[in-house]
Amino acid sequence: MRRRLVSSEQFTGWAFVTPAAVIIGLFGAAPIVWSAVLSFQKNNLLTPETPFVGAANYRQLAHDPVVAQAIQHTLVYTALFVPGTMAVGLFLAVAMNRKIRFIWFYRTAAFATVAISTISEAIVFIWLFDPSYGVVNYFLGWIGVPPQQFLNSPSEALYVIVIMTIWGWTGFSVVIYLAALQGVPQQLTEAAAIDGAGPWQAFRRVTLPLLSPATLFLAVWLTINALQLFDEVYLSTQGGPLNATTVLVYYLYNQAFQQFNFGYASAIAYFLFLVIIVITVIQFRVGRRYTYYRS
Amino acid sequence: MTATSAPARGGVRSPARGGVRPARRRWRLPFSPWHLVLVPATIVLLFPFVWLVVTSVEPQSEALHFPPVLIPHAVRLANYPDALHSAPFGRFFVNSAIVTVVTVLSNLVLCSLAGYAFARFRFLGRTALFAVIMATLMVPFQVTMIPQFIITKWLGVHVLAGVGINHIGALILPNAATAFGIFFLRQFFRTLPVEYEESARVDGASRLTVLIRIVLPLAAPALATLAALTFLDSWNNFLWPLIAITSTNQMTLPLGLATFQGAHQTEWTLLMAANVMSLIPMLCIFILAQRHFVRSVAATGLAGT
Repeated sequence: MRRRLVSSEQFTGWAFVTPAAVIIGLFGAAPIVWSAVLSFQKNNLLTPETPFVGAANYRQLAHDPVVAQAIQHTLVYTALFVPGTMAVGLFLAVAMNRKIRFIWFYRTAAFATVAISTISEAIVFIWLFDPSYGVVNYFLGWIGVPPQQFLNSPSEALYVIVIMTIWGWTGFSVVIYLAALQGVPQQLTEAAAIDGAGPWQAFRRVTLPLLSPATLFLAVWLTINALQLFDEVYLSTQGGPLNATTVLVYYLYNQAFQQFNFGYASAIAYFLFLVIIVITVIQFRVGRRYTYYRS
Repeated sequence: MTATSAPARGGVRSPARGGVRPARRRWRLPFSPWHLVLVPATIVLLFPFVWLVVTSVEPQSEALHFPPVLIPHAVRLANYPDALHSAPFGRFFVNSAIVTVVTVLSNLVLCSLAGYAFARFRFLGRTALFAVIMATLMVPFQVTMIPQFIITKWLGVHVLAGVGINHIGALILPNAATAFGIFFLRQFFRTLPVEYEESARVDGASRLTVLIRIVLPLAAPALATLAALTFLDSWNNFLWPLIAITSTNQMTLPLGLATFQGAHQTEWTLLMAANVMSLIPMLCIFILAQRHFVRSVAATGLAGT
């Protein structure tokens, strides 16, 4: 009886797992190995031969000036986008974490950006920042700033992409911070006030440490997404002008699906993976020191 | 309200030296000062939406005008039918809906089955299989997309009779079950008390019946969260459709919109009309199910901490 039960568990277990396992194995797990193999091959999808070329793709990567540029742009973008989004999110969440009139309206307005696709977001911002007819240049004129070239300017394009993506992620970071703020027990901030702390001190010394798990999560999550920036670049600048917005994933896409260098693109993909792992590990290491978990 | 709350903190202050400050107290705003922060912030957040809608109803001559015409003199609703005539947005919408609905449903079914097996059954290879699935969760899509493209292409040619590259099936199949969904549901199932399931088993229910009749109803909040997150992901996905789809009649909304933008770069009014149409369904669903979306997004944060 017991043996039959155990063996039925074997059977049902596998029966339940198999459909999902086949899909994830085929489209998730096998490609990890395959693209590792690809990264040591020359593969252009046109010719059937895919000769092994050793570490040639990785050597090429180390000497490719566009890769160096792409790394730099990716890191600059990440360094601006991640803290920017977190600051905006924290500020709005603190402002919205109270029962005042119209708060539902403010919250809905902030959350709505969650529902916007990157494509819709990019199209609207390309239009807002249009050099000839864009409304942003018009507003800048009010304060005496001459019209800017924005996405057409090699020195400004990346910053416009930073602004549009911060806007697009505002809803997400507000939601995360609001959820965390609602978990901060009021007794603690009240106790701080009784002990003579001003509102800023209570926030700095009590609320902020209690938010640190959310802060660490957001930092890691936004960084992973920032390092994979693609949609907005594809739509607004295609990596230009003069490669000024070529980020790693855009270059990877370009190599794979426009130049058909699948081997080289796979090497870039693995390099990107390495960058993500290294940065995430550093964030967790550093974060652990400053993160305060209750219980 | 001003009278009662103001002295609460300034009660100790002596009237002699407080001549200025109580006077200022009386000038307190009739509303919370946070409105002074939130109103401008909300204007900035909403402005892109407003400008999107304004441009979408402007005549071309007013849209392509500097300084911009902030309030259009004439409303030109014909931009909408014009946009519909220049690209099959109805088709894109139907494709997006099919891909999203099927992906959500298949994730709910397949991830429930697998998540439940990982949570409750002991079977040979369970730990190893689970480890492999978790490993795929950490690898960015860019690493797997090239082989995924090759595999999908091969499957379409040799196995699935055309359901490969350049067919919306290619947008569903690779995402029909996700490692995240399995992990998320497994974690949730493990928090449920096992006693209900055991007693149902004693009463003769099959394992599948136990899952459907007892476990899934208890897991409704987790299933709803997974559905919302999968929905958002699938509806907004761009990179994979960009790679996998080339013919117009198989495109989803984001891809169709991007292609339309590439072809009609200067026709901003049509582009904005198309963009509004692509946004409306999602915004409606969002506003109707806002609480749920928000809770689901917040859940990703809780899962991460």
